[in-house]
Amino acid sequence: MTSISEDSDKEKVRSVSVDLNNDASLVIDIPDALCERDKVKFTIHIKTTLSSFQKSEFSVPRQHEDFIWLHDTIVETEEYAGLIIPPAPPKPDFEGPREKMHKLGEGESSMTKEEYAKMKQELEAEYLAVFKKTVQVHEVFLQRLSSHPMFRKDRNFQIFLEYDQDLTVRRKNAKEMFGGFFKNMVKSADEVLISGVKEVDEFFEQEKIFLLDYSSKIKDATAKAEKMTRSHKNVADDYNHISGAMNSIAADNNTAFKKTISVCVLQKLEDRVASDQELKLTELLRYYTRDIQAAKDLLYRRARALADYENSNKTLDKARLKGKDIAQAEENQKQCLRKFDKLSESGKKELTSFKARRVVAFRKNLIEMTELEIKHAKNSMSLLQGSIEILNSN
Amino acid sequence: QSPEAARLSAEDISPSSNGPRDDDPDDPDDLFAEATEEVSLDSPERQPILSDGPSPAITPVTISPRVDVFDRSPDLVKHRLSSCDGMNAYMVYKVMTKTSLSIFSRDEVCVKRRFSDFLGLHSKLASKYMHMGYIVPPAPEKSIVGMTKVKVGKEDLSSVEFVEKRRSALERYLLRTVKHPALLKDPDVLQFLESSELPRAVSTQALSGAGILRMVNKAADAVNKMTIKMNESDAWFEEKQQQFENLDVQLRKLHASVESLVYHRKELSVNTASFAKSAAMLGNSEDHTALSRALSQLAEVEEKIDQLHQDQSYADFYLISELLGDYVRLITAVKGVFDQRMKAWAKWQDAQVMLQRKREAEAKLQYASKPDKLQQATDEIREWEGKVQQGERDFEQISKNIRREVGRFEKDRVKDFRVVIMKYLESLVHTQQQLIKYWEAFLPEAKAIA
Repeated sequence: MTSISEDSDKEKVRSVSVDLNNDASLVIDIPDALCERDKVKFTIHIKTTLSSFQKSEFSVPRQHEDFIWLHDTIVETEEYAGLIIPPAPPKPDFEGPREKMHKLGEGESSMTKEEYAKMKQELEAEYLAVFKKTVQVHEVFLQRLSSHPMFRKDRNFQIFLEYDQDLTVRRKNAKEMFGGFFKNMVKSADEVLISGVKEVDEFFEQEKIFLLDYSSKIKDATAKAEKMTRSHKNVADDYNHISGAMNSIAADNNTAFKKTISVCVLQKLEDRVASDQELKLTELLRYYTRDIQAAKDLLYRRARALADYENSNKTLDKARLKGKDIAQAEENQKQCLRKFDKLSESGKKELTSFKARRVVAFRKNLIEMTELEIKHAKNSMSLLQGSIEILNSN
Repeated sequence: QSPEAARLSAEDISPSSNGPRDDDPDDPDDLFAEATEEVSLDSPERQPILSDGPSPAITPVTISPRVDVFDRSPDLVKHRLSSCDGMNAYMVYKVMTKTSLSIFSRDEVCVKRRFSDFLGLHSKLASKYMHMGYIVPPAPEKSIVGMTKVKVGKEDLSSVEFVEKRRSALERYLLRTVKHPALLKDPDVLQFLESSELPRAVSTQALSGAGILRMVNKAADAVNKMTIKMNESDAWFEEKQQQFENLDVQLRKLHASVESLVYHRKELSVNTASFAKSAAMLGNSEDHTALSRALSQLAEVEEKIDQLHQDQSYADFYLISELLGDYVRLITAVKGVFDQRMKAWAKWQDAQVMLQRKREAEAKLQYASKPDKLQQATDEIREWEGKVQQGERDFEQISKNIRREVGRFEKDRVKDFRVVIMKYLESLVHTQQQLIKYWEAFLPEAKAIA
């Protein structure tokens, strides 16, 4: 069981999006979380001045599945069709560290006590990193909802925050009602429909072209960044083994040799931390891959509305021709047009603010990553130069 | 140093000749005569891996492979390949020696040798000196797979790397051999370095009669080792032997870890390059101008970092990994020398047992009146008394030699590792310096995103 305590410098952790907690009327954060076997229990902490809530400050425990339920109900809500729906947080994935722990357990007999202790330490750090990441991503999801003028008023959002019992029952009902139907359709059909629809609005035409292309590029970049990060980790692990092996040689041999060898131990720090920096980059790309998808979903819904509107026109024409059901067709057409206009209007606003948000987040992350790389390279260099001096003085 | 600094390829040579023949003035067809790449001793690519230290005699012995003109005259290549079997081609290495020692006939001499010549030299030295307790530096290992690719004319990077790896290993081998005061004066060594023609060492081939005999002897030795129970009276030997056993295990483990590092570093380089391309594409796709530029710059930085990783991985390999491989083989040679001492002891003991038997036989013959047999028995006693004395002398001599050799070995080992580790640390420092430079150049680009 792992848990993180009140983390005062959460600013560092919250890196993929800009600070969303600047509206004091509804402040949400996840100060604590517990990891039990496969399940992570998040403690959601809410501080609010809104009268719609019963208390002004309270906490509630939630599981990952609760977040998914909340996301899905929002997606299914017609009213929000013109908004970019914050992407659902991915499932907590402890597979990496868990596999490593398994290997560690199996290989325990073949390594020295120091090596084992060190690897265990590394493993715990990795576990903690995954943990922090998943907390952050769940937190950001809630904060995006709370900082959005429409979502923060959502009834289900309030239930999520306030309902003091287990949400499992509610979740089951929701599933039966919607069955995730709409969501699946969106995922599979969006590319085709978006590219097929004739666009009248220049803004949306540009956005469509941009989002379709950017989406595949950022997905690819994310995958490549992940591979790069994994390689870095492998190199770091190798350095760990090497320093362990060198230590055991140093222990057994004469002093002159020992001094020469033990100096090498220092440089293993290098890659370990380098991989941490890359994690920033990878996390940023991952998050925006999902966010871009959410933007595409918006385009899709609008495209569907446009298609509906065009169909309603055809229906109206047919009705006029036949002289039957004209009023009904007219009403339908009016509604479709209204819906389409509404989606276009809010869609434009959303997409514009999305771009601004994305640019700011990239800037912040790239700067932070670069500064850390520099700091770390400087550290490594001074350590290495110190080692060289020691070697020279012998 | 990157192996791409030197241009290398295989020279195709007809199997019927007994040595490299392209300086043959009688062969007008040999357009390859002028194609030799002269690598000067001062050229930066040719720094020997081992320090040349205070050695007064042989200064950098450089080995460079012959250069073929494959890429410039493809027709001749075809012609050459069809007239002699690819598999019979062999690589020739140029060995340049610069020395001030009087035992050499010239100050500077340059000879051409093939891989089997090196193996032949080692084989001769081992048979001459190992049983005396001298640690004879082991020759580089054969690699059927690696060499085959080169022979069939594969010009890819792995073949190039293979040849460079071998060249470097052969150079280190020679440097270690001549560093040994006794081996340096050996006539076989001198001949190897100086004479232009060397008799082919056919017995080094793996599947030759001699090769099979070697394998059988090795097996027999292993069995003997198990059955000899030596009464070790000298604590130093017991301690040292244990020490070398431990060191063997530890070095192998370390070597394996370093090989893993080399592999993963190469992988990291590939993945970094791949990410760089992807980031460039993302930058192109990005419609916000400043962010687009920053992403392209990021891609360039990552490309440069990929090159850094590649260079670092060469250092990982050529400095550390190869050194460790050398030492794993050296430790085996050291252990071999301890085994030789055991054999000498066993021989001495066996002689003593034999002497005892002969004495008992003679005693018996005292009572049977067979005067010739008695004379023979007495002669045999004298013979075996001599053998016992010789056995004891040999045993003491080899023990003395080993003590001296081990002392020398340990001193050299410390020096070797120190030099290499120093070089490696410096390479790491250089990498960090470059990283700082690249990221500091990128930072204003990131900040410029507005």
